[in-house]
Amino acid sequence: MDRRKYLKTLALGTVSTGVILESCAPETKTGETAIAPPSYDRTPEELAYYNKIMSQKFFDEHEMKTITTLVDIIIPKDDTSGSASEAGVPAFIEFIAKDMPRHQTPLRGGLKWLDIQSMKASGVSFVDASQTDQTKLIDSIAFPEKAKPELAQGVAFFNLLRDLTATGFFTSEMGIKDLGYVGNKPNQWDGVPQDVLDQYGLQYDAKTLEISVKFES
Amino acid sequence: MADFQIRKNPKTYDVCIVGSGAGGGMAAYVLANAGVKVLMLEAGPMYDPRINITQLKWPWESPRRGASTALRNFGDFDAAYGGWDLDGEPYTRKDGTKFDWFRSRMLGGRTNHWGRISLRFGPKDFKGKSTDGYGDDWPIGYDDVAPYYDKVDQLIGVFGSNENLVDDPDSIFLPPPKPRLHELMIKKGAAAAGIPVIPSRLSMLTKPLPNNPDRGACFFCGQCNRGCQVYGDFSSSSVLVNPALKTGNVDLITNAMAREVLTDNAGAATGISYVDKTDMQEYVVSAKVIVLAASACESSRLLLNSKSAAHPNGLANSSNVVGKYLHDSTGAHTSGILPHLVGRKRYNEDGVGGAHIYSPWWLRGKKMDFPRGYHIEYGGGLGMPGYGFGFGIQNTNGKYPGRDGSTKPAGGYGASLKDDYRYFYGATFGMSGRGEAIAREDNYCEIDPNTVDKFGIPVLRFNYKWSDFEIRQAKHMKETFDEIVDAMGGVVTSGKATAENNYGLSNPGQIIHEVGTTRMGTDPKRSAVNKYNQAHDCKNLFVVDGGPFVSQADKNPTWTILALAMRASEYIIEESKKQNI
Repeated sequence: MDRRKYLKTLALGTVSTGVILESCAPETKTGETAIAPPSYDRTPEELAYYNKIMSQKFFDEHEMKTITTLVDIIIPKDDTSGSASEAGVPAFIEFIAKDMPRHQTPLRGGLKWLDIQSMKASGVSFVDASQTDQTKLIDSIAFPEKAKPELAQGVAFFNLLRDLTATGFFTSEMGIKDLGYVGNKPNQWDGVPQDVLDQYGLQYDAKTLEISVKFES
Repeated sequence: MADFQIRKNPKTYDVCIVGSGAGGGMAAYVLANAGVKVLMLEAGPMYDPRINITQLKWPWESPRRGASTALRNFGDFDAAYGGWDLDGEPYTRKDGTKFDWFRSRMLGGRTNHWGRISLRFGPKDFKGKSTDGYGDDWPIGYDDVAPYYDKVDQLIGVFGSNENLVDDPDSIFLPPPKPRLHELMIKKGAAAAGIPVIPSRLSMLTKPLPNNPDRGACFFCGQCNRGCQVYGDFSSSSVLVNPALKTGNVDLITNAMAREVLTDNAGAATGISYVDKTDMQEYVVSAKVIVLAASACESSRLLLNSKSAAHPNGLANSSNVVGKYLHDSTGAHTSGILPHLVGRKRYNEDGVGGAHIYSPWWLRGKKMDFPRGYHIEYGGGLGMPGYGFGFGIQNTNGKYPGRDGSTKPAGGYGASLKDDYRYFYGATFGMSGRGEAIAREDNYCEIDPNTVDKFGIPVLRFNYKWSDFEIRQAKHMKETFDEIVDAMGGVVTSGKATAENNYGLSNPGQIIHEVGTTRMGTDPKRSAVNKYNQAHDCKNLFVVDGGPFVSQADKNPTWTILALAMRASEYIIEESKKQNI
C-alpha cells in the first residue's frame, strides 16, 4: 500500500476501534474532570478490576476539597495552561489512591497532618485558613532542604503530592499540550532538525548519512 | 468432580507445538508452509495488535496514566498479559536465593512486548569454553547457524549496519534510523571514553519488507512494546503464527495449559495432556512429533513433570541436566541528566520503539577480572509523558540554574515549579548494560516437591546465585557509564554503585533472557538435546525455545531462538521424510 494511504487507513482504524470499544464500556461522564472508561485493550480481569475500583470511593468530601486546593497551589493556572484541578488532577489522585493502595495512608495521613498543623497555627482546617496562612504552612514543607527537621513528615507528604500532581497534570491533554510533546502519531523520523543540530554544534557524519533510512519527500 | 473424564481429540497431528512465542511461532511457520499438519497449544488467550489495540493511545486515556499494574507489569499500555506473578500459578525459590520469572500468557508470548533487539551470536559466542575455559562449548558453531540467521533476517526484517566486527556479525540489514539528539551526545561522549557506538539492530521495518504485503513499514511512534497495528515490528503472533494459520495446516487451541508430555511403553512421545482454562476440563491430543516452545523454564517444568516407567527421572532427563545451567543476562543501569539539554526545542523525536544506537562489547580478548562481556543500551529524549513524569523534581531543580539563570531551593510549588517541569523535560538519559553470565550447574529450576498451581500441576522452584564474575562485570558496567557520563558533561542522578548493592546488578530473571535449562550437546550424559534441538532420550521430541542454549552471549536470545527453531523445524521435515522419526 502507498505510504500515505496506509497512514490514513491506520488513523481511521484506530478511531473506529476506539469507538467500538467505548460503546461496550459502562457509561461515564467524559471530559477532563472525570475518569473515562478504558478505550484500549483490556483483558476480562482488567475490566473487572477497573469496575471494582470505580465502584469505590476513597477520599471524603473534605479530603477532596483539600486535595483540590493543594494541587492548584502546586500547579496553578498561568499564561500557558490551566490549573491542576482544571486538568482533572483531583480525580486522578482519587483513582491512584484506589489503584495503588500503598499511597492511601501517606495521603490520608498527610492531609490530616496538614489540618492539624493548620489548626495549631490558625485554629481552622487547611482549606478554611487564609491564603496567607496556607502559604506560610506550605512554605514550611515545600522545600526539603530548608524545612525544619521536625516537619519531615509534612515534607514527605508534600513530595508525594507534588509528584502525583505533576504526573497527573503533565499526562493530561492540557498538560501534554503545555509541555509541547508533539509525537504519538505517524511520522517519518529523518533525524534531528538542522537548526537544533546547529544549536548544539552537532552534525551527522558521512557514514551515518549514507547508511540511514531515507524518505522520499 | 462427578463427571471427571479426559477428553481425547480423535485426530492425530503430525506435530504438536506447545507455546506460540519466538520458537513455537517459527516452528509453526516452517512446518505449516511445508504442508505438515500442526496443532499449536497456547496457555493464554488470542492476541492480535490490530484488534487488541493500545498503540497510539494517549496517557490520559488510561485512568492511571499508563502506570503498571499487577496485571500489566510494564505499564497499562504494554502488550504483555501476565507478568512476574500470575494469580494461582506460583513459583518458589530455594534457600533465600532470588529469581524473578516473567511469564506472558498470550498468543505470541513475550515477543509481543520485547525490545526487538535482534543480535546474532558471533563465532566465539558458541565456543565459550575453548575461548576462556568457562562453561561449555556449543556442539554447533557460527557457520552452522549463519544460513538460518540470514533466512530469519530476510523473513522477519532487522535494521542495522554492517561494521565488520567478527563477533557482532554483519547481517542482511534494513537501513537504520538516524540517532536522536541525546544519542549523538552519547556517541560523542562514548567516543571520547574509547567506547564504540553503532546503530542498533532491531527487528522493525524501517522499509517495507520485500514481497510481504501483510506487514506495513514502521511509522516511528516509538511504541513497539504496545504491539504494532501494521505489524511493522516482529511479534511471533502477527509475523509467524498468523501466516502459519493462513496455510490451513495449523489448528490453534488457546487457553490450553499443558500438563504433561505423554509417552508410550517404548518411551516415544505420543501427545500432550492439557487443561483447558476456559472449562477446566482435561484433554489429550496425539501427535507424531512433539515440539516444546513454552519458554526455557516452562518447557523444563513440563519435561520434569512427565515421568513414566520409560522416563523415571522426567522426560529427556536421563542426563539429569533438565532445569540446570539456568542463566539470565546480567543488568545494571545508570540514569542522569544532561544539563545542556534543558529548555530544549520541541519536535517529534519518537523514532522507533527503542534506542537508535548501542555499544557492542569492545574489550573481547582483553585481560579483565571477569570472563564475559556486555553491551550497552541507551535511553532518553523527548518521550511521551506517562505515570512517573516529574517525580522527584526536588532532586533536580535545586541542583541546576533555572530558565532565569539562578538556582532556586529544591522542591517548591506554584508557577515557578510548573515551569521547571517544562524546562527539564527531555534532558534525562539512561544507560543499561546487558551482559553474559556463565551457565552453572548449580543455578537451576526444579520441581517444588510441596507446591502445585491451581491446575494441580507441580510448580518450579528456583535456585540461582550470581557469582563474583557477574558482580565484577556489573561494577565494570557502572564505571564505564560514569566515564561516558563524564565525557558528555552529564550528571548521574541514579545513586551510587557499591559492593553492598552488588553494583546495581539486577536480580536473576529480571532481564527476561533466561535460557540453558535443556542445553544441547553431543554427550547424552551432559546434555538434554542434540545439536538439532532433538531430545537424546526421545527422538520425536524437540525443544525450540531458549532452553537448548549452552551459553547466552551478551546478545539478546530471540534471534538465535528463531534461527535454531527454523533449523530444527527443517530437520524435523527431513527426518520425517526419511521416516527416522
